[in-house]
Amino acid sequence: MERTAVNGNLWWILILGGALTFLIRLSFIALQGRWQPPELLQRALRYVPPAVLSAIILPEMLMPQGSLQIGAENLRLWAGLAAMWVAWRTRNILLTIAAGMAVLYLLQWLF
Amino acid sequence: MTAASSSSPAARADFWAGVRAELPILLGVTPFGMIYGVLAVKAGLPAAAAQAMSSIVFAGSSQFMAVQLISTATPVVVIILSILVINLRHALYSASIAPYLHGLSRAWKVVLAYLLTDEAYAVAITLYQKKGVIPGSPWFLLGAGLALWTDWQLSTAVGIFLGAQIPAAWSLDFTLALTFIALVIPNLRDRPSTLAALSAGVTAVLAHGLPYKLGLLLAALVGILVGLWNERR
Repeated sequence: MERTAVNGNLWWILILGGALTFLIRLSFIALQGRWQPPELLQRALRYVPPAVLSAIILPEMLMPQGSLQIGAENLRLWAGLAAMWVAWRTRNILLTIAAGMAVLYLLQWLF
Repeated sequence: MTAASSSSPAARADFWAGVRAELPILLGVTPFGMIYGVLAVKAGLPAAAAQAMSSIVFAGSSQFMAVQLISTATPVVVIILSILVINLRHALYSASIAPYLHGLSRAWKVVLAYLLTDEAYAVAITLYQKKGVIPGSPWFLLGAGLALWTDWQLSTAVGIFLGAQIPAAWSLDFTLALTFIALVIPNLRDRPSTLAALSAGVTAVLAHGLPYKLGLLLAALVGILVGLWNERR
């Protein structure tokens, strides 16, 4: 198995990441409604998933080898765009993944 | 309100109602769990750690992200911070579901908090908002949560097993971006969230050179601010 730089600290990631996630989930249940999050915070948290996930998606599509690559030779860009269209039209996770991989394989086979 | 005792038929009925409500969602969760297992192994995680992440962290998107960050040798502190940030939304679930779990014992609260995933929350809050507080409320969430938990552990295990057999030439790492596309795009139904996603994505590309993968956290911050700013127009 390939070793990565963080392998030695893997269990810290699991334990601390798990503990923090649990405490977030427990937070207001434990408080019994004695304190509600401020309205601004509630609105801000709504943007966390689209922001964080997009911050992973775009670099994966636009810089697959680590540097910006916008053009016909970047197959992942086109496969990703196709997947976006399918996601928008069908809202189906499986179809989106299947379409993206199908386009990627097709392009790899063609070029 | 107190929880009905486990022997009462009503409690059992509510538990199984929770399980049944969760079943259609498992259709989408199962492949997601399998892909996580595959990617975790491909990223170099030992099988035990990949499986443990599914039971200790038990939060899909953050597990995918953690695996990706681990494979690119991101500092541990940044990985933990990223898990924290992406799971902060669960505080909203906790706040919204708290009134329905009022007065439960500490053990109940700990168990239900552990099981409070996006998917369990979604079916539970739908029922609670329709029916209000009923004695079986915690049993329903317990059923939904345990159904999802079991499915997530099993599909992770299958993914880990498959991951060891699949050659790298299949470009399966790309399914991570595709999965996130499938999660994000259908939810971009208004201007602020669309602009939040776009600005965060662009920031992440521009800030790619920042040390310690700090570009990810910066991008999240920019996306949140852009989203909030655009609500007022």
